[in-house]
Amino acid sequence: MNKLLLNILLAITWMFLTGDLEFMNFVEGFVIGFVILWISRYASESTKYISKVPKVISLVLYFLYELLVANIKVAYDIITPRHRMKPSIIALPLSVDKDFEITILANMITLTPGTLSLDVSSDKKILYVHSMYVSDPEKFKKEIKNGFERRLMEITR
Amino acid sequence: MKEFISVILVITGSLFILISAIGMLRMPDLYMRMSATTKAATLGVGFVLLGTAIHFWEVGIVSRSLIIISFLMLTAPVAAHMIGRAAYFDGVPLWKETIHDELQGKYDEETHELKS
Repeated sequence: MNKLLLNILLAITWMFLTGDLEFMNFVEGFVIGFVILWISRYASESTKYISKVPKVISLVLYFLYELLVANIKVAYDIITPRHRMKPSIIALPLSVDKDFEITILANMITLTPGTLSLDVSSDKKILYVHSMYVSDPEKFKKEIKNGFERRLMEITR
Repeated sequence: MKEFISVILVITGSLFILISAIGMLRMPDLYMRMSATTKAATLGVGFVLLGTAIHFWEVGIVSRSLIIISFLMLTAPVAAHMIGRAAYFDGVPLWKETIHDELQGKYDEETHELKS
């Protein structure tokens, strides 16, 4: 987290140095600050921040892609007369165990159209998910575990 | 060019909101209605806000619309999840063509505890 603050500080310094307080200039400063931190990554002990930023970006991009694809799928089902849904409630065993990881995972599952997380079991081992398109429960579980959960764990672990 | 992009974004956003409104009417049970409305509406509002941000292209407006989008993405699923959970608890029936219901019989009626 300290590195993030340092990166923001570098970006603000860049903004003042160039005397331009536009938003795009902050982004430029952030990128330049990140490059500087990347070059000096062996100087400090913790190198986690550097390796995590690309993973966070890849998770966000993957999530946006899933969001768009699933939205189009659901939209197609809404505007065409036939219902193609195969709804199910699936018990998804969780590998993540911290509260905030479960929250983020459940939020991402709910935001992906067609799936809605209903509840977490009291011992936090199973997430119950309602999904509109389940042809094979095992395959569905594998998709979530290899997609969202694995990417999330790479960041938080 | 900026004008063009913002117009496209606003139109796409409104289309998604329209589709989610139709989905509200057409989907056969509550859970799928929740699925259809929360997500499409979130994406739609997100697109409209992005379009506004690009149209004005000022620090204050861009940052505010980005913050609204992130709060929307943080809160909308929580609301959907609470409504879905309450509905299941109250015994709102699933659609007749629902294939699996792995949640059936897992709730403790008295303590509201959920078995794994």
